[in-house]
Amino acid sequence: MELVQAVSPDLSNAPMVAGGFVGGVALTSCPSGASNMASGEGAEQQQQQQQQGGGDKYSVLLPTYNERDNLPLIVWLLVRYFDESGFDYEIIVIDDGSPDGTLEVAKQLEMIYGSDKILLRPRAKKLGLGTAYIHGIQHATGNFVFIMDADLSHHPKFIPDFIKKQKEGNYDVVSGTRYKGDGGVFGWDLRRKLISRGANFVTQILLRPGASDLTGSFRLYKKEVLQKLVEKCVSKGYVFQMEMIVRARQLDYSIGEVPITFVDRVYGESKLGGNEIVSFLKGLLHLFATT
Amino acid sequence: MTKLGQWLLTLGLLGGTWAGLTFDALGLGLPESGRRLLWPLPAYLLVTFGCYSLATVGYRLATFNDCRGAAEELQAQIREARADLEGRGFCF
Repeated sequence: MELVQAVSPDLSNAPMVAGGFVGGVALTSCPSGASNMASGEGAEQQQQQQQQGGGDKYSVLLPTYNERDNLPLIVWLLVRYFDESGFDYEIIVIDDGSPDGTLEVAKQLEMIYGSDKILLRPRAKKLGLGTAYIHGIQHATGNFVFIMDADLSHHPKFIPDFIKKQKEGNYDVVSGTRYKGDGGVFGWDLRRKLISRGANFVTQILLRPGASDLTGSFRLYKKEVLQKLVEKCVSKGYVFQMEMIVRARQLDYSIGEVPITFVDRVYGESKLGGNEIVSFLKGLLHLFATT
Repeated sequence: MTKLGQWLLTLGLLGGTWAGLTFDALGLGLPESGRRLLWPLPAYLLVTFGCYSLATVGYRLATFNDCRGAAEELQAQIREARADLEGRGFCF
């Protein structure tokens, strides 16, 4: 099959254009599935759902660092589940200067799926998750923002569940939980599970946060809520995600929960050593003492 | 008030009440048997809490859902995704 491409400008550093769609990209015909906005059927269904959804648009923030293997897969899954659901969306890839060529991979995806769906907003070097979210929000044209991991541990199939839950209670935040309902994990040994449950137990006792999974990072936020919270949070790593929920409670935002499955690292290494545990405890105590 | 503040306040109140009653600081004239009961109470509560914690974490560990199905589904979808993307001209 030939990939026909129209001349499209390099958008990785372009300022955001209101409306989202800049330049045109022609796509090959697909034997399977949707994801081609130019096709008549898809556009009609999308419009229908958009009217049902009330014009909501969901921006997915994907901060990446060395995710060259996982990025095409996560994008493919996101496109598939969003197209099936009919909701309007965009995927913002925030690459922090990955040395493994993640950005090149992202550019290919942008060519395939269109620059209105795949937005590349890379940064020069590894600058941390909080600033990645801030950076991503600035370029997001949706009114809702999904945050998730790009390493396939979070599965886009739960996205419709998140959206449904959010609409149910008009929640400001919907948090994916591995600890309730059908939620769970795969690929963790007993030690890892014990640490996870133990840490969560201590967190529940100390912080009484009103959410069952605090260190999870698969969440749906209203855009203005995410903006407000990221500005207030100062922690790093696991504790950052915890702080987001704790601050959300402080500010009286409503939090809903959706059970999710977490499949640990398909490619790459998972890390949970003594260092992480110590810094987690330090962060937890800091939150305990200051919120 | 911070969570730490809440804890200190609560523990302070409970601890103060306990100390006051056990050591008869207020001169209320509680019966000797009552004070003998109160004296080891904090230790008992601590041990009870310890047992509760172990039981809860143990239970949650045992019932931690193991999602083999999700992992297999993901593997199948990865294969599907790679094939589809290659068809669209993606170079892995």
